[in-house]
Amino acid sequence: MEKKMPELNPLKFRAKVFDQMLSEDTGYSNYSYWRSTIRTFFKNKAVVVLVALIVLIILMSFIYPMVSPVNPNKVALKRTMWNNRPSWEHLFGTDGLGRDIWTRAWYGVRNSFLLAFCIALSDVGIGMLVGAIWGYNKKLDPIMIEIYNVITNIPSTVYLVLLAYIMNTSYLTLFVSMASRGWIVEARFFRNRILSIRDNEYNMASRCLGTPMRRIATKNIIPHIISLIIMEAALCIPYSIGSEVFLGFVGIGLPVDAITLGNIVNQGRASFTLHPYQMLLPTIILCIITVAFYVIGNKFADASDPRNHV
Amino acid sequence: MGKYILKRTLNSILTVMIVFVAVFMLLRLMPLSGYFPPEMIKETDEATRMTYLRNQGLLDHPIVQLGRFVKNLFQGDLGRSLTVYPKVPISTLLAEKIPVTAAFGLASMILGIVLGLSLGMLMVRFKDRWGDHLGTGYILMVRAIPSLIYLFFIQVWVSLWLNLPMVFDKDIPSSWILPVICLSLGSIAWYALWLRRFMVDEENKDYVKFAMVKGFSKKEVWKRHIFKNAIIPLVIYLPSDLLFIISGSLVIETLYVIPGTGGLLTTAIEKQDNNLVQVIVLMYAVLSVLGVFLGDLLIAAVDPRITLMEDN
Repeated sequence: MEKKMPELNPLKFRAKVFDQMLSEDTGYSNYSYWRSTIRTFFKNKAVVVLVALIVLIILMSFIYPMVSPVNPNKVALKRTMWNNRPSWEHLFGTDGLGRDIWTRAWYGVRNSFLLAFCIALSDVGIGMLVGAIWGYNKKLDPIMIEIYNVITNIPSTVYLVLLAYIMNTSYLTLFVSMASRGWIVEARFFRNRILSIRDNEYNMASRCLGTPMRRIATKNIIPHIISLIIMEAALCIPYSIGSEVFLGFVGIGLPVDAITLGNIVNQGRASFTLHPYQMLLPTIILCIITVAFYVIGNKFADASDPRNHV
Repeated sequence: MGKYILKRTLNSILTVMIVFVAVFMLLRLMPLSGYFPPEMIKETDEATRMTYLRNQGLLDHPIVQLGRFVKNLFQGDLGRSLTVYPKVPISTLLAEKIPVTAAFGLASMILGIVLGLSLGMLMVRFKDRWGDHLGTGYILMVRAIPSLIYLFFIQVWVSLWLNLPMVFDKDIPSSWILPVICLSLGSIAWYALWLRRFMVDEENKDYVKFAMVKGFSKKEVWKRHIFKNAIIPLVIYLPSDLLFIISGSLVIETLYVIPGTGGLLTTAIEKQDNNLVQVIVLMYAVLSVLGVFLGDLLIAAVDPRITLMEDN
């Protein structure tokens, strides 16, 4: 026997109006996304150690140059002061011009970190903004993909040397040339993520149920994006420091008297066969910073995934 | 399919043209004095230098220069180097350097794929145990520490430890070992990282669990389903990798003194050898656009679920 479906009566059935109170009431337990993320993140002992180490190194690199009376650029005129082995007076020895490596290393960490931080900020910041616009505007797609192809296809050394001609070699030049290409890569990453989050089933369902866009954006999309931003920014820092070392190696980075980790490591490399200790401290600090940020970025990405929450 | 290929080809040509014209015009912004080494500026006077530039065609309007370059290009003439290897035809120069770099590139690519995929499988096989931790440690080191630093220590210490030559010599095969290994370190980490990620994703899918429940042997499921599906996203990069074996690595070629293409672009830009720079940029742009295109075709050929149609 066939059963007839009763016809929908518009008087009996009507869409519910969105109610802020009701949605909070049913949709959420006392689970807080950020509290769980932070808790999962710090549950890993290695992460706690690395975060502490990074905080310590960065604090030291900012405080030490302020309180230390030693001038990192002070050249010793006496020959006996050159290439000194580590001693109590010079904890990690002196370089070929008698400059104190311990002091220079901390100035270098500060400058390199500030540079890397600015690059991370601009890459991820601009990338996210452009990526959001790109993700929400289908018409922009062909143009943006073309811009992406063009920018990523021009070798970065071309920008770098050209900029070095237009402006002088300085931190600003290095910043502009390194930041001139990262943003489009980040923009593409965020565009892909935003597209996939936006068209996910649960967001479609939300939209069908009449949830306003503002609420979908603040509750469903932005938390995802913020964790991605933190992860990308953390991963950007080892990359920027690595590029700075590379550019110093090529010889088109900063002027040699600029104190950065890249310059110190490259100078230490040149004199490594005779005075290996000169490369020791700067390299160790540099490796700690890049490895720590890499691990922190990845572990944070894991912790921000709700499936890993407890 | 035919329509898609035609559209993609036209699009690729457009990209290459924009890149090339942009670089060509940017190079023309460089100061004229950059065409001469400093000692030559001291020795010669202004008039001689201007005559030289005029004879080289460097004083013409950039559009005229561009037109001339394109015309010569279609006749198979890439021009001559200006400052790096004065007056040497660029085609001769590239024919000399590319085989060296390509040999190293191909060897390291094969090594990278073989070791990288093996490491990736080892990591999945011993997930959350020693194999995984070992692989994760390796990937972390290679990806986080600036390559210059570990490459330098490998050259200094590993060569001493294994008693291998520290610089490249064409006639001593043992001097080829370290550069090849160094070149493949990054790609080993890359293949291992992504193969592990995709295999773990695949392992957790319902159809795999279902196949296991139905009693298929673990080995069978791994070989026929997990590995096959996990390798597909990696296949897309093979053509690019293969084409870019000729680009070389600046750091490794400099450290081991290999006469390849690795440092050519940087040197050419520094010495403002515009003719050389534009040829190299054009070459790399063509290779990279072609690589992406071939990657898309390859993945469609490998995976029957993917079709190359416009998805509107």
